[in-house]
Amino acid sequence: MTQPLAKPPRKNPVARTRQPTLPPGARSRRALGLAAAAAAGRFELQVCGDCGAVQYPPREVCHQCLSENLAWKPVDPMGRLLAVTTLHHSNDLYFRERLPWRVGTVRMRAGPSVVAHVHGDCQEGQDVRLALKLDRSGQAVLIALPEKATPHMEDDKTLRETSCDPKFRRALVTDGKTAVGLAVIQALLDAGATAVFAGDPETWKRNAAFDALCQDPRVQPQALNVTDTDSVERVSRSIGGKVDILVNTADYEREGGILHNRDLIKARDALDVNCVGLMRLARHFGPAMAGRAADGVNSAAAWVNTLSVYAHANLPARGIWSASQAAALSMSQCLRSEFRPSGVRVVNVFSGPIDHEWEQLTPPPRVAPAAIANAIVRALKDGTEDVYVGDVAQEVLARLRDNPKALERELGS
Amino acid sequence: MSTTADTRDAKGHAATSSVLGQFMAELLSGRIRIVDLTETLAPEFPTIVLPPEFGQAWPFRIEEISRYDERGPAWYWNNFSCSEHTGTHFDAPAHWISGKDQPDNTVDTIPVEAFIAEACVIDCSAQSRQNPDFLLTIDFVRQWEAEHGRIPPRSWVFMRTDWSRRGKPNDYLNMADDGAHSPGPDAQVVPWLIKERDVHGFGTESVGTDAGQAQHLDPPYPCHYFMHGNNRYGLQCMANLDQLPPKGAVIFSAPLKIRSGSGSPLRVLALVPTTQA
Repeated sequence: MTQPLAKPPRKNPVARTRQPTLPPGARSRRALGLAAAAAAGRFELQVCGDCGAVQYPPREVCHQCLSENLAWKPVDPMGRLLAVTTLHHSNDLYFRERLPWRVGTVRMRAGPSVVAHVHGDCQEGQDVRLALKLDRSGQAVLIALPEKATPHMEDDKTLRETSCDPKFRRALVTDGKTAVGLAVIQALLDAGATAVFAGDPETWKRNAAFDALCQDPRVQPQALNVTDTDSVERVSRSIGGKVDILVNTADYEREGGILHNRDLIKARDALDVNCVGLMRLARHFGPAMAGRAADGVNSAAAWVNTLSVYAHANLPARGIWSASQAAALSMSQCLRSEFRPSGVRVVNVFSGPIDHEWEQLTPPPRVAPAAIANAIVRALKDGTEDVYVGDVAQEVLARLRDNPKALERELGS
Repeated sequence: MSTTADTRDAKGHAATSSVLGQFMAELLSGRIRIVDLTETLAPEFPTIVLPPEFGQAWPFRIEEISRYDERGPAWYWNNFSCSEHTGTHFDAPAHWISGKDQPDNTVDTIPVEAFIAEACVIDCSAQSRQNPDFLLTIDFVRQWEAEHGRIPPRSWVFMRTDWSRRGKPNDYLNMADDGAHSPGPDAQVVPWLIKERDVHGFGTESVGTDAGQAQHLDPPYPCHYFMHGNNRYGLQCMANLDQLPPKGAVIFSAPLKIRSGSGSPLRVLALVPTTQA
C-alpha cells in the first residue's frame, strides 16, 4: 500500500536547494513515437501493418516479418509482472538520488516483454497495467501500475517522478479574474494545492466571484498584469521562489480579421497579452522554477499555457487573436525546450470556444471554464503535455491531421 | 522699465531692469517657487477606462533597452509606450468631436502662447471628500469669486479635489457597478466659464476633466464638449493643486509636439509667489 504523501514541512532557509538531475534522455527518432503518445496520454506501440506483430522497443522493421509498415496504434496495456528487482545502487546521478528503485519485466498480453519501472503496489506474478509516462527528461517510460487503483497510488514515487500533481504544491494563476482563471483557482484548491496566488490585472475592477475565492485563506491575490513588466518583476520577487506550478490564464480575445480591420491597437494588445506576456512571465518566474525543480515534495513542476485550438489553424473571424495564439504556441515550444534541462514540464491545454463573455455570439458547443480547469488538473496529475478540451478542439485537431488544407478552407468559410 | 531689452551687466548677469531679469532674480532668491503639478509616469498609474469592447488608451509601459549590460555596456535607456491621454496630460480641442473643426486644434498647431497661462484654483476638496460625485456649479464659482475676485480672462480654472492623494488605481478610479465616481464640473458651469469668464481651459486632479458619472449629464461629458467645442484646453491627472494659491500662479504646460496629436502627457509646472516675499 502506498504511504500517503505528507504535507512537506517548511523549508529550511539555510539548507542548499537540491539541483535537478535528469534520467537518461537519449532516444532514437523512432523511439520518440512513445513520447508522442505519452505526451497526449495515449498508450501506443508500433503495430506491423503486414503481420500484426506488436513491437517493443520501437524499431525500423518488424521483428517478425521485417516489414517496414509499422504504425503507432493503441494496444492492450495489460500484462503480467514476471520479475521485479529493487536497485540499491546506480551510477546514474538521477537514480542515485532516488534509490531504492524498482524495475521489473512485464509480459504484455499484446506480445512483447518489456522492462518497466514498477509501482510500489505491484507484486511479482500479478497482472499489471502498463502506462506510458513522460519522465523528467521529457522522454517516455513504461511504468507497471496495479491492475486496479489502490489507495493513494498517485503518491508512489515512481508516479510522482512523472506527474506534476498539484497536491501540496503552490500555484500561480496569472489572471484569476477570467472565467477560466476563476475555475482554475477552484480546481487547484480542490486538488490539494496548499496556496494559490491569484493574479489580478485590474485591481480597480470589482469581481464578486474573485473576491469570494479570495476569502479562502489559501488564495492570495496578487496585483499582476502580464503587460506590465514592472508588476511581473515585483510579483516574481515576492513569490517567485514559491511558485511550483504556473498556469497562464491571461488572454485577450477579440473578434476581427486583418483585411477589413483598422484596429492595429487590438492586434498589438492581443500580441502583448497572449505572446509577449508569456515571455515576461517566463523571464521572471522561469529561472526560479528551473532552479527549484528538485526541491522536495513541493518542487517546481509545471508551467501550463491555456491556448486556443486556433493556435494550430487560423479562424479568420478571429484572425488576429488566432495569430496571437499561434505565436504563443510557438513561444511555448521554445519554453518547453528551454525548461527541458530542469525537468519543469510545459503543458499546453488547447480548447475550442470557451463559454465566456468574449464568445457570446459563438453557437454551442462551447467549453465550460470548469472543464478546462479540470483538464489542467488532470494533465498535471497524469503528467501529459498536450491536452485538447472539448468537441471543437478534438475535431479541429482531427481535421488538421487529416487534411490541413481542407481545414484552412473550412475555417474561412 | 523696459519689457523687451535684454540688458546685461559687465559680468553677463541679466540686469534687473528687464522683466525677465527680475523674474530670474525672484526665482533664484526663492521668492518665486516652482510647484510640480505632475504625477510620475508609472505602469500602475490608472488610465481612463472604457467598456472593454472599445479600443483602450494604453497605460504607461516601459521596457529597458539596456542598462550597462550586454545590450548596451555603457548606457541605460528605456522604450516606453502610452496613449496621448496617459498620466498627467493635456487635452487639445481635436480630442472631442465638438472641437474637430476648430483652427489650430492639435498639440502641434496650438499657438505656443497657450502653454503659459495663469490659474484660478477653486478648492472643492472638502466637498469631494464628502461626495465623490461632487459637481462644480455656477453658484460655487460665484461664491469663490466673492472671496477671491472675478476670474480673469484667459485663465485656467483648476478644480482642486485632493483626488490625487487617493490610493491608485482603486480609490482613484473609484469604480462601482455603475461606473466611476469622481468629481467634476456640471453641465451649466462649463459654458458659463467660457461665455462669461472667457477661461483658457479646465484642469482637474482626477483621470479626466469630466466627472466620473459625466456620461449621464446633458450633454454627456460637458467639459470635453464645451471646452474643446470652443477651442479651449484641458489638463487632468494633476497633483499638488493644494500648494497653489487661489489666484496668481502661472502655469507652464507645453504638450509634446505630436503631429495631429489630440493631447499628450506633459510636465506641468506652476510658478507661485512665496508668502514671505
